[in-house]
Parts: sequence; structure tokens; C-alpha cells
Amino acid sequence: MAENHRAVVKLKEKFADSLLEVKEFRGEVTVTVKKENIVAICTFLRDSLKYNLLSDVTAVDYLGREPRFMMVYNLYSIPNKDRLRVKAPVEESQTSVDTVSTVWSTANWLEREVFDLFGITFTGHPDLRRILLTDDWVGHPLRKDYPLQGPDREPYQGRLS
Amino acid sequence: MASTEIMTVNMGPQHPSTHGVLRLVIELDGEIIRKITPHIGYLHRGIEKLSEHRTYHQIIPLTDRLDYLAPMSNNLGYVLAVEKLLDIKVPERAQTIRVILAELTRIKSHLVWLACHALDIGAMTVFIYAFREREKVMELYEKLSGARMTSNYFRVGGLSAELYDGFEKDVREILDTFPGYFDTYEGLLTKNTIWLQRTVGNGVISAEDAVDAGITGPALRGSGVNWDMRRDNPYSGYEKYKFVVPVGEKCDTFDRYKVRLVEMRESVKIVRQALDSLKPGPILADSPQVCYPAKDSVYNTIEGLIHHFKIASEGFPAPEGEIYQAVEAPKGELGYYLVSDGGNKPYRMRIRPPSFCNLSAIEKMANGSMIADLVAVIGTLDIVLGDIDR
Repeated sequence: MAENHRAVVKLKEKFADSLLEVKEFRGEVTVTVKKENIVAICTFLRDSLKYNLLSDVTAVDYLGREPRFMMVYNLYSIPNKDRLRVKAPVEESQTSVDTVSTVWSTANWLEREVFDLFGITFTGHPDLRRILLTDDWVGHPLRKDYPLQGPDREPYQGRLS
Repeated sequence: MASTEIMTVNMGPQHPSTHGVLRLVIELDGEIIRKITPHIGYLHRGIEKLSEHRTYHQIIPLTDRLDYLAPMSNNLGYVLAVEKLLDIKVPERAQTIRVILAELTRIKSHLVWLACHALDIGAMTVFIYAFREREKVMELYEKLSGARMTSNYFRVGGLSAELYDGFEKDVREILDTFPGYFDTYEGLLTKNTIWLQRTVGNGVISAEDAVDAGITGPALRGSGVNWDMRRDNPYSGYEKYKFVVPVGEKCDTFDRYKVRLVEMRESVKIVRQALDSLKPGPILADSPQVCYPAKDSVYNTIEGLIHHFKIASEGFPAPEGEIYQAVEAPKGELGYYLVSDGGNKPYRMRIRPPSFCNLSAIEKMANGSMIADLVAVIGTLDIVLGDIDR
């Protein structure tokens, strides 16, 4: 059960105020925390619980929901061979999160990609530039209100033939 | 007194040793690298965005185009992710065939790595030999799926078709001949003075730094981290096979070379074990709401035709939830993070590309070395731009 997961037990002890939700689905544990404490929580997870590999950083746009964005950090512990997912909600009015590139240097590029495709900014990031798109690109394509075929073309109506 | 001046040099995006459309802006002090700024995205096709507008089955061909040197590994990661989301069980025969193909794909991908890496450093013979052997795996791909590179052979719940007659013979021929070829490559390289001078002590990155930088796969094992998801978090029945996970010691390009060569030999062993244990049986899960019906019933019965049409046009709904499934792709950890809102398309699909994270460590590995050694570092990271840019 999710409540007995080694990380969840420790996080409940140390960061009880920041913990918003603990969920288990298909054997994977997801912990949702407040974004204000993300750096402290990640540092704690890396140092005390040996989640030494940051597999992935990404975001999800839940357009129409409040808060709109969700930051997702997929962690892996090489010594213990287990995974943990940490999520942090981000409001549309304040799309900035503290960078975790100080905790894992791999977050540098991964956060740049989130910035590029979602428009979420990272406070304290050493080099926050677009990474996949060109510097003069307008908009953030993975947002749900960015049309699939691009902003300057008629929406796709399905096949006409 | 000679004046020292930092010179900025542009490398790529069209440069043979950047393995695709990678552009590096390098600041040089004489021949010593002081700073590297990689520019990527030239091959960005928006696969993650496209996936939000396709049914789960329609995404499989897109995954072929991620790491186009290892399409079956990409397919495998994706179908495993969807199967985990749906919680369906794949029959044993399909799992075993997936392992056989994933391991042949690993050999194929490592052969391209070896060929290009050796060519970059100046060993042209190895390039020609390795591509010759790779062609044998490509021919197998073509016989099996109809395509040499974009195989699109796996399906959610199993496989798209039964193996062709003579598949086992073809695979056994590969298994019998390839170890001899590997010996040839080693004979050409392992004790070659030029090869040793170019690779020993090049691109050193300590185990701690490599983990911190997010390096995974053989590049990480070359730095002495004993971690392989096939052994430590087995999927698709990998726990049944016996194989050794090679680990390097000196964290340099030569150790990563040795690790990958051993990996190819271990892959041969895994394929042999899998082939020996292959038994007749179904190749698709017993989940008609998800899997395509058998072709026989599509062509001969109206129910089968309707069933096929429904799966092809509408797809299937997936339960609400989110999962992350990673596989040990030839280049490292390939992960799929799927978010479902209960519809027939993923609400969000994130691909965790191994090459992207491996490349981000390039500055740490090449800073302070000669510009000629940068080429060896790019080669040893084994990057594929289709995977990096998505």
C-alpha cells in the first residue's frame, strides 16, 4: 500500500504540511506536494532516501482545471531499485517553480524543455533558454490551447475525401 | 609572447561525426575546448503533441521514429506502458518473441554505434564490417514486418502477426555467426594502438557525476554503476534469462566500448535462451476490447470485420490514471509517462529519451580536452537525434 511506501512514511514525518496527496495506481506511488517546498523535498529524497537518479522532469497541462499545470518528477533509486513520482501543482497566474537543477544537474536540460514546451519558468535556473524550438518561437506547443497544426493555420477538419 | 585568444567554432548541424543534426558551438583556446553549447531541435517533430491526438494503436508507428536505429525497443517500451495502464497480461509466446526482437535490436543499434564510433576515430574497416552485419538483422526485420527500419511490429496486447516460417533458422544463423564477427571487431580494435590512444582516458566521468547528470544505459555502466533494468526491474519475462551485466572501471571511452561489446555477446545469449524456450501459443492477449482480431476472422466473418473496424477507427478507452514505464533501450533508460483521462487517446504522453539526457553531459565529459577528442566523446555517448529531438 502507498501508505507503507518507505518514502511516503518519511515524507509524512518531515514534510507533513507540504504533502497534498498520496496515490497508488498499478503499483506506482505518486506523491503530490506544494511547489514551494519542492527543492527541500527533492534534496531530502536524494540524500536520505537515495533517490539518486532523476529519471524525468515533465509537466501536464490540465486546461480548465485549477491549478492548471502539474510538474512531474520521476525519481529512481539505483541502490534500492524503486521508483517514486513527485508532483507539484502550478497555478496559471504564477507559472514559476524553483529549479531542481541544483539537486540533480540533469534537471538543467529537462527543465529547459518544460520551459520551452509549456512556458513554465524555473527560478534560479542557470541557463533558461528554449531548447527544442528556435529562440524566436511564439507560444508553447504542449499547452492544450495551442492548436495541433500550429497557430497560423486553419484547424484540421478531418479528411475531406 | 604569443597572445591567447578564445576562438568560437561552429560544428554541425551537417557534420558527419555529429551523428545527425546536432550543432555544437565550441569555444576554443588553441585546440583546447573551453566551453560547448549544444543546439538541438533540428529534428523536432512534436511526437508528444501528435500523440495527444491519436488513438493508442496509432501511436506505435510514431515511436518507430524516435530512436530510428532501435525501433523495436521503442515499440516495446510503448506497448508495455499501455499494457500497464490497461492492466492486461500478454501471452508468454508474445513476450518471448518481444525479448528476441528487442535483443536483436540492441545488437543492431550497438553495431551502428561501433561502426560510426570507429569511423569517427579513423578505423574505416570496422565501419564497413559492422554495417554488413547490421544488414542481416535488417533483412530479418523486413521479412518479419515488411520494413527495414520502421518495423511497427508490436501491438498493444501482443504482436501484429505470427512469425514467418524459417524465422528460427534465420535467427539461429545470426546467433551462430555473430560472435565470430564480434571477435573480428575486437581483433581490429581492442589492442590497436591508435584506438587505445584515442579512447583510453578520454571522456572520463565518475559514477557519481554520471548518475547526477542523468546518464543511463551502457554509458553509465561504463562508469562502474552496476544497474540494468532488464535484471533489476524485469519486464516482458527478462527474469527468466541468465546474462551478465558488464561494468567498466576507468569511466572512460575505452571502458564504455568494452561494455557495449560484452553487451552484444550477452544479447546473443539471451536470444538463444529465448529461442530455446519458445513454445507455440497465442500471440495476442485475450482482451477483444483492446486487441485486433485475427486476420482470418476479419476476412471471413462480418463480426470480425466490424471488430477490426471498431478497433482501427475508434480505438479503446483506457482507465483514468497515470503510469511510467521504462525499458532498458540500447542507449539507456527509455521511459513512457502516460496520463489518461479515460478517453481513447492519451491525455498526455511524455517520452523520456535516453540520448537527450546522455547528451546533456557532453560538456562535463569533453571540457578541457582537445577538439579532436570531442568526436570520440560524441561517439561514445551513442546519441541519435531522432531520440533527442522527438
